[in-house]
Amino acid sequence: MKLEPTPSQTVGPFFHNALLDEDQSKLVASDHPSVTRIEGTMRDGAGEIVPDAMLEIWQANAAGRYAHPEDDREDLPLEDDFSGFGRCPTDAEGRYEFVTIKPGVVPGPEGRPQAPHILVSIFARGLLKQLVTRIYFPDEEAANAADPLLSSIEDPALRSTLVASATGDGSLRFDLHLQGEDQTAFFDV
Amino acid sequence: MVQQQKGEIGGYRRDTESHPPYLYPDYKSTRLRAPEKPLVISPHTLSEVTGPVYGHGLIGELDNDLTRQHEGEPLGERIIVTGRVLDGDGRPVRNSLIEVWQANAAGRYVHQGDRHPAPLDPNFTGAGRCLTDDEGRYRFVTVKPGAYPWKNHDNAWRPAHIHFSLFGPAFATRLVTQMYFPSDPLFDHDPIFQSVRDPKARQRLVSSFDLETTEPGWALGYRFDIVLRGRDATPMENHR
Repeated sequence: MKLEPTPSQTVGPFFHNALLDEDQSKLVASDHPSVTRIEGTMRDGAGEIVPDAMLEIWQANAAGRYAHPEDDREDLPLEDDFSGFGRCPTDAEGRYEFVTIKPGVVPGPEGRPQAPHILVSIFARGLLKQLVTRIYFPDEEAANAADPLLSSIEDPALRSTLVASATGDGSLRFDLHLQGEDQTAFFDV
Repeated sequence: MVQQQKGEIGGYRRDTESHPPYLYPDYKSTRLRAPEKPLVISPHTLSEVTGPVYGHGLIGELDNDLTRQHEGEPLGERIIVTGRVLDGDGRPVRNSLIEVWQANAAGRYVHQGDRHPAPLDPNFTGAGRCLTDDEGRYRFVTVKPGAYPWKNHDNAWRPAHIHFSLFGPAFATRLVTQMYFPSDPLFDHDPIFQSVRDPKARQRLVSSFDLETTEPGWALGYRFDIVLRGRDATPMENHR
């Protein structure tokens, strides 16, 4: 029996009480030895900030293992207190921030390794379906160059939207542009 | 079953025309938020076929009863909303988080951004959650939400709806949608509902009145089954 999927509808502007009643933006404690802060601002096609969106992230742990039954590589460690999932609203200035760690390398198509990356889903008023993108890391040049998904993007400007930039204070900046010349690369997953 | 090579992973079926497009100009907010550059096709790797196992520690006893979260009972028509969450092959999606939110019976959300001059109800927040059981079933008790005006176009009103957020087993199965009520006269005038272009797909957003779910002398019952994407093929044992 094949069933057709239930269509997606927008999250709308009024989801905060249901989806964000607890702060889920810190995947590790702020004093974790390898803490990585990832922050950014979301903008629309007119360059205006998007203050009413929600981001979700999904990532492997530092060893490159996902806390999920389908990742059964038991030779890699799992940590009880690292779920790999985070959620964060954009604030009145269109900003978000996650406190996490850099994930390890995970396997990709045909056994080729994927560069460390974090999956991002974006939900907002005006998005009839979530947008999906990936955050790659600026200190992984060689791995990024060999990454099967990154290297499938021919336009270098579009490809570069997926690599976060290092700020002076050790954080990473990953701004999101939903539309326009600087548009972030989004995926059909 | 699709034969896979070593290193390939059993992905999920590609999205069909069921889903709305990103750009649907009648829904004005899509105009500046829909991406214009073509989407990059992402293969389904371990990153997409795994996904958050989330919410299991969060659920409180009354989280699926939106009428018992305050001292008194909310005003409005008490209803039961129940159904099953299935995958594209009709198998139950078990032990998976569902989050819901809605306006109160007067069509007002508890949210600082909601400027509709309709009364708030001190006994209604309008947020709930639960986990599906072994058959993929869920059940909420709530009040029927009211329709409400919005600024999309002149005299624009949203049909009554309940927002649903579901995870399913993988990142690729994540779904946020809205459940509507049967025969709503606002359907033809609502660009969010109409953004789903296939009429048959649109009907899958509409719950059905269900006498079996209805409890005598207490509450009307509505049934809403939700289908998440199905698996392309069964993953083979040695898939990495």
